Amino acid sequence: MKILVCISKAPDTTAKIAFTDGDTKFDEGGVQFIVNPYDEWYALVRGLELKEANGGTVTVLNVGGADSDPIIRKALAIGADDAVRIDAETIDALYVAKQIANYAKEQGYDMILAGKETIDYNGSQVAGMIAELMDAPYVSLASKLDMNGNTATIEREIEGGVEVIEVNTPFVLSAAKGMSEARIPNMRGIMAARSKPLTVVPASEASTSTAIKGFTLPPAKSGCKFVDTAEELVELLHNEAKAI
Amino acid sequence: MSVLIYTDSSNGALTKNAFEAANYGGQLAKAAGTDAIAVVVGSASGLEDLGNYGISKVMHVSDASLDNFDPQKIAHIVAAAANETGADTIVFAHDYTGKSVAPRLSAKLDAGLVTGAIALPNGNVVKKAVFSGKAFAEIEITTAIKIISVLPNSLDKVETGGSAEVVAFSVEIPTTGITVKEIKKESTELSLTEADVVVSAGRGLKGPENWGMIEELAKELGAATACSRPVADIGWRPHHEHVGQTGIAIRPNLYIATGISGAIQHLAGVNGSKVIVVINTDSEAPFFKAADYGIVGDAFEIIPKMIEAIKKLKA
Ligand SMILES: Cc1cc2nc3c(=O)[nH]c(=O)nc-3n(C[C@H](O)[C@H](O)[C@H](O)COP(=O)(O)OP(=O)(O)OC[C@H]3O[C@@H](n4cnc5c(N)ncnc54)[C@H](O)[C@@H]3O)c2cc1C
Repeated sequence: MKILVCISKAPDTTAKIAFTDGDTKFDEGGVQFIVNPYDEWYALVRGLELKEANGGTVTVLNVGGADSDPIIRKALAIGADDAVRIDAETIDALYVAKQIANYAKEQGYDMILAGKETIDYNGSQVAGMIAELMDAPYVSLASKLDMNGNTATIEREIEGGVEVIEVNTPFVLSAAKGMSEARIPNMRGIMAARSKPLTVVPASEASTSTAIKGFTLPPAKSGCKFVDTAEELVELLHNEAKAI
Repeated sequence: MSVLIYTDSSNGALTKNAFEAANYGGQLAKAAGTDAIAVVVGSASGLEDLGNYGISKVMHVSDASLDNFDPQKIAHIVAAAANETGADTIVFAHDYTGKSVAPRLSAKLDAGLVTGAIALPNGNVVKKAVFSGKAFAEIEITTAIKIISVLPNSLDKVETGGSAEVVAFSVEIPTTGITVKEIKKESTELSLTEADVVVSAGRGLKGPENWGMIEELAKELGAATACSRPVADIGWRPHHEHVGQTGIAIRPNLYIATGISGAIQHLAGVNGSKVIVVINTDSEAPFFKAADYGIVGDAFEIIPKMIEAIKKLKA
């Protein structure tokens, strides 16, 4: 089983969110970067579990510059066999998806896994776009994935419930909570990661479709109104906030 | 030139988010002086009601095989409808359906996509929350066709009155590789992203056996229930209730948080809520900084009293 896991570089969840260049760029100064949690906790770990049960390989792929290498090494330390970095700027989701699809088309992966969204741009876009570009089925927001030969049984979240589906390889999937439990890399994994292959491939020609014009921070709350009793709270929610 | 809106249905009726998308597309079309046209798949009725949100025409592909959700088929149908109507803007709701279909369509039409819009676009520039609600970005779509998915509960509804003309739309439906085996609907529970009011609780509740009062309060308010991440991780509550940066992001009208400290990752997913109420024994809990109303006190005393006060209010 040949598994590709797409990983994105994301700011640590406690990072201070600030902007530079006239509020048009995220200020990376002092920010610690991590593997996007959904990519790591669910897509990567489930990929590794499937490989451990069925044999095969897990390759992690990142689109980005050399500053992505530390998070790629982290994914290798958790257990991926090898890594590919497509040396392209992450201009927009469709541009990134084209980079991945152009590369993956030639590789014959049985499945391409990604997290359900990144915690920076919260797009929930790239995996679905890869599927369309490769003319493959896309299973979004999957919370369970089991393989039986070439057939996957998958649970995914839909409006107001869960859908159980079957699909044959190859397919593209975005992973949500429930897939697997996060793994912490051990010393052996970290040592091994240093010598695992990381192939850098050049960007392919692709057009872009969106551009960030600027960022703003949410207005600060005007302050909390403290009340003493539940009755008073209900009264204010009804008459002042008109929320109940 | 027109605005095309994909309006989703479930169990034969349009969803709440379908009307949210229609409302967004209807207002957008009105501002641009063009038509708002909806597309619906599967056996659904009551489609003329979309006219109340500015939709003039509904293109209905009623093939019952579409009742089983398949994003590949829907993307194909919406692309055909866009081609037929010459739409230059396509609108979805940013819900499970929109997240599955809009990216496919974006790649199919090579059209720029912004997901989770929280306001009508300003020209080609769309505003959305980024960094899990810690900031907003203004994103320009630079392609001829634009795709926007609107975050539920973001735009006030404008009722236009009127009824939409429903026409059958016939399009060849492709075969795809996905077979639906089973659908488990949680018909009694209100979906978290759709709920106007959410009652949420955290580790301060001490154990799963104490959630009865949370469920009762939610029931009195017609609210959905949510929880903090550790509560879902230790299995006190189901995973789909986990809200926050790594759970579901919500923006209800009212969010009531009890026994939740207000860690940055939790706040990220809920701080778009219009009114936030925090109940916590610790006056230093960081959540109070993000709250509109707060009570420093014990949830086990306050929640039952709130339930009583709400019952009285309703009586
Ligand atoms: C990468 C990462 C991602 C994360 N993502 C999320 C996420 O998406 N969502 C999320 O929620 N968390 C997330 N977390 C975890 C987060 O950092 C906090 O640990 C978590 O939110 C705390 O949950 P809590 O408030 O329920 O528990 P605690 O922090 O233990 O707080 C319990 C609170 O209850 C109060 N309390 C105790 N007894 C009572 C009582 N009787 N009445 C009233 N109040 C009482 C206490 O004063 C305290 O404030 C993430 C963490 C990391 C590292």
